[in-house]
Amino acid sequence: MSKPLSRPKRKNPLQRTRLPLLPHGQRSRKAHCLTAAAAEGRFMLQVCDDCSHTLYPVRDACPHCLGINLPFRDVRPDGRLVVETTVRISTDPYFRERTPWRVGTVQLDAGPLVIAHLHGDAVEGERVRLSLKLDKSGAAVMIALPAVETPDMQADPILREMTCDPQFRRVLITDGRTAVGQAMAKAFCEAGASIVFVGIANAWKPYPGMDQLAALEQVEIVPLDVTDSQSIADLAAQNGGRIDIVINTAEHVRAGGIIGRGSVIEAREEMDVRYFGLMRMAQSFGPALRFRGADGQSSAAAFVNLLSVHALMNWPSFGAHSATEAACLSAAQCLRAELRPGGVKVLNVFFGPLETEWFQTVPPPKLAPSLLAKAVVQALRQGLEDAFVGDIAQDIRERLAANPKALERELGDA
Amino acid sequence: MTVSTRQPYARQPYDRVVVCAPVTVPYVRFSTESAAWWIGRALHGLLTQSGLRLADLDGFALSSFTAGPDTAIGLTQHLGLCPRWLDHIPLGGASAVVALRRAARAVQAGDASIVACVAADTNHVDSFRKTLASFSRFAQDAVYPYGSGGPNASFALITRNYMKQFGATREDFGKICVAERDNALANPLALMKQKLTLDAYLAARPIADPIHLFDCVMPCAGAEAFLVCREDIARSLGLKVVRILATIERHNAFPDDPVQIRGGWAMDVDDLWSMAGVAPDAIDFIQTYDDYPVISMMQFEDLGFCKKGEGPDFVRGHTLTHDGSFPHNTSGGQLSVGQAGAAGGFLGLVEAVRQLTGETIGAVVPDAQRGLVSGFGMINYDRGLSSCAAILARSA
Repeated sequence: MSKPLSRPKRKNPLQRTRLPLLPHGQRSRKAHCLTAAAAEGRFMLQVCDDCSHTLYPVRDACPHCLGINLPFRDVRPDGRLVVETTVRISTDPYFRERTPWRVGTVQLDAGPLVIAHLHGDAVEGERVRLSLKLDKSGAAVMIALPAVETPDMQADPILREMTCDPQFRRVLITDGRTAVGQAMAKAFCEAGASIVFVGIANAWKPYPGMDQLAALEQVEIVPLDVTDSQSIADLAAQNGGRIDIVINTAEHVRAGGIIGRGSVIEAREEMDVRYFGLMRMAQSFGPALRFRGADGQSSAAAFVNLLSVHALMNWPSFGAHSATEAACLSAAQCLRAELRPGGVKVLNVFFGPLETEWFQTVPPPKLAPSLLAKAVVQALRQGLEDAFVGDIAQDIRERLAANPKALERELGDA
Repeated sequence: MTVSTRQPYARQPYDRVVVCAPVTVPYVRFSTESAAWWIGRALHGLLTQSGLRLADLDGFALSSFTAGPDTAIGLTQHLGLCPRWLDHIPLGGASAVVALRRAARAVQAGDASIVACVAADTNHVDSFRKTLASFSRFAQDAVYPYGSGGPNASFALITRNYMKQFGATREDFGKICVAERDNALANPLALMKQKLTLDAYLAARPIADPIHLFDCVMPCAGAEAFLVCREDIARSLGLKVVRILATIERHNAFPDDPVQIRGGWAMDVDDLWSMAGVAPDAIDFIQTYDDYPVISMMQFEDLGFCKKGEGPDFVRGHTLTHDGSFPHNTSGGQLSVGQAGAAGGFLGLVEAVRQLTGETIGAVVPDAQRGLVSGFGMINYDRGLSSCAAILARSA
C-alpha cells in the first residue's frame, strides 16, 4: 500500500536545489496523439477501422490487415500486469536520480502489450488499469494503476512525478476578491495545500466574503495587483521561491462585441488585467517555478490559467472578451513551452458562463465557482494540461471538433 | 490461385563457396576513433590475412550502428572499395549469419567472387546512451521513456518471465556466465581478464531485477570480419576454409507470445537440421548470441538441443566450457569478450571459423568437425525480432 505523504520539512536555504532534468520526450508525430489524450485525461489507442484490432505502440499501418485508417478511440484501460522489473541502473540522467523505478509489461484486455510505469500498488500477475499521463517532459506515458483504488494511492512517488497534486504544496491565487478566487482558496485548503497565498489589491477596500476567506486556516492574504508590475515583483521577491502552483484567477468580464463598444478603452482594460496580467505573472513567477521543478516531494508543479471556452471560438455577445481570452490562450501555449524545461505544467481550464454577476443576463446552464474550483483541483491531481469544465465547455469543444464553421455561425446567432 | 510459402523450393546446398580469414580488431572499452576507422582496420586485417589486394574485394557487406550518417555505400568511397555487390545489414546480433547467407548465395550465383563481411562499431563516451534513445521508433515512443534501462530492462522482463514459467534459477544463468569466463581466460582479446566464480556472479549488484551485473555485456569498440568467397580462389591463396552446411533466418516470429519465451529458430529448426543432414548430437560446439544468458538458454531449446522448458535442466546436465560436454561460446562470448556493437553479432561466427580451421587464438575445442552459430538481434519494442543460425563444418 502507498505510504501517505508527510508534511515536508522546512527547506534548508543553504542547501543546493536539485535542478530539473527531463525524461526522454522525443516521440514520433503520430505518438503525440497519445499526448493529446493524456492532456485531457483520456485513455485512447488506435483502433483499426478495417479489422477492429486495437494497436500499440502507435503505428502508421495495421499489422493485421495493413489498413491505414487507424483513429485514436477511447479504449477500456483494463488488463493484467504480466511481468515486472525494477530498474536500478539507468543510462538516462533523469532516471538515474530516481531509481529504483518499476516498469512492467501489461496485457490489455483489448489486446496490445504495453510497457508501462508501475504504481507502487500494481501487483505482478494481477489486474491493473492503465492510465495515460504526461511525464515531466510533457509527452504521454503509460502508468499501470491498481485495478481498484487504494488508500493514499495519489501519494505514490511515480504517480506524483506525473501529476500536480496540491497536497503539501504552496499555492498562489492571484485575486481573492472574486467568487472564483474565494472558491479556489477554499478548494485548495480542502485539498491539503500547505499554504494558500491569496492576492488582494488595495487591501484597505473591503469586499464580500472577506471574513470567510481570512478564516481559512491555510490562507495567507498577500498584496497583489496583476495590473501593477511592481506589486507582482514585490510578491515574487518575497515568496516566489515558496510557490509551487500559481492559479491566475484575475478576471475581467464585460459584455459586448467589437463595433458596439465604440472605443478601445474597455478592451485595453481587459487586456491589461487578463493578457498583460498573465504576462506579468509569468515573467515574475515563471523563472522560480522553472528552477524548482525537481525540488523534492513538493516541487513547483503548475501554472493554471482559467480561460473562457470562447478563447477557442469567439462568442460575439462577449466578443471583445473572447478575443482577450484567445490572446491569453496563445500566451499560455508559449508559457507551456517555456516552463517545460523545468517539468512544470501549464494547465488551461476552459469553462462557459459562470454563476456570477457579470453573466447575470445569460441563461443557464452556468457554472458555479465552487464546481470550477473543484474541477481545477481534480485536473491538477490527474496531471492534465487541458480541462473542459461544465456543460457549455464540453458542448463547445465537441462542436468545435465536429464543425468549426457551424460553431462560428451558430455562436453569432446566439 | 493461392501461392503457398509452406512448400518452398528445396534448399540448395552451399556448394563451391567457403568462409575464411577470421579477423578480430582488438577491442577497447572506449575509443576516440570513428566507426570508419574500425571498419578500415577490419578490412586491412582481411587483406593481411588472405594476401588479397583491396581491388580484389568485389563484394562488401557491412553492419554497424555507429557509422551514421554513412552506410555501406559511403564507406566504399571512404575506404577505396569498388565492389560489384554491396549490402548494409542493420541487424545487430543477427548480422553475421545474415551476411554469410546473402554473401554465399551471391558468390554461388556469380554476382561476386570475394565478399568482405565486416561488423564494426566505435564506442565513444556517451554513445551507448544516444544509441539507445534513438534505437527504433517503438523504442523511442514506447520503451526508452520508461526508466531508460535499455536492453537490461527489456531482458529483465524476459528473464523474470522465463524463470517463473520454466523454473530457471540465477544459478543456472550463472553457470553459463562462469563457463564463458573460463573460456575467455585463454583468449588474449577478451576484455574480461579475471576469473568469475558463481559466488561472485550471485553477489553482483542488481541492474534491473533479476538481471545483475554479470548478466550484462560491456559495451565497447571493436570489429570482426570474415571472407565469403569462391572455394577455388581460397584454395589458390592457401587459405584454410570452412564449409556452410545449412542456414536459417527469421524475423518477427511469434508476435502473440505475451513475453518472449522463444525466438524464430523454433519456426525453422527442422529446416536447419534437414538441410545440414546431421542431428544435434553431431555438433561439436555452439556459439550463441549471448547478450544475456537467458537468450543462450532459449537458443539451446529452440535449436533442438532440448525441448522448450528443459533449458535449465540441460544446463545443469552439461559442462559448457571448451573442453566440456557441450562447448559453448568458446572465445568467451560477448559476456566476457565485450560487446562491440554489431561486431557482437559477428563474434560467434568468427570464433566458429577459427575453431574449424584450427586458427584458434584461445581455448581449443578438441577435434571440432562441426559447429553451430546462432544470431539474435534487434529489441525493437519488447522482444528481439531477428533470429538466425548456421551450421559450419571443417573442410577436408
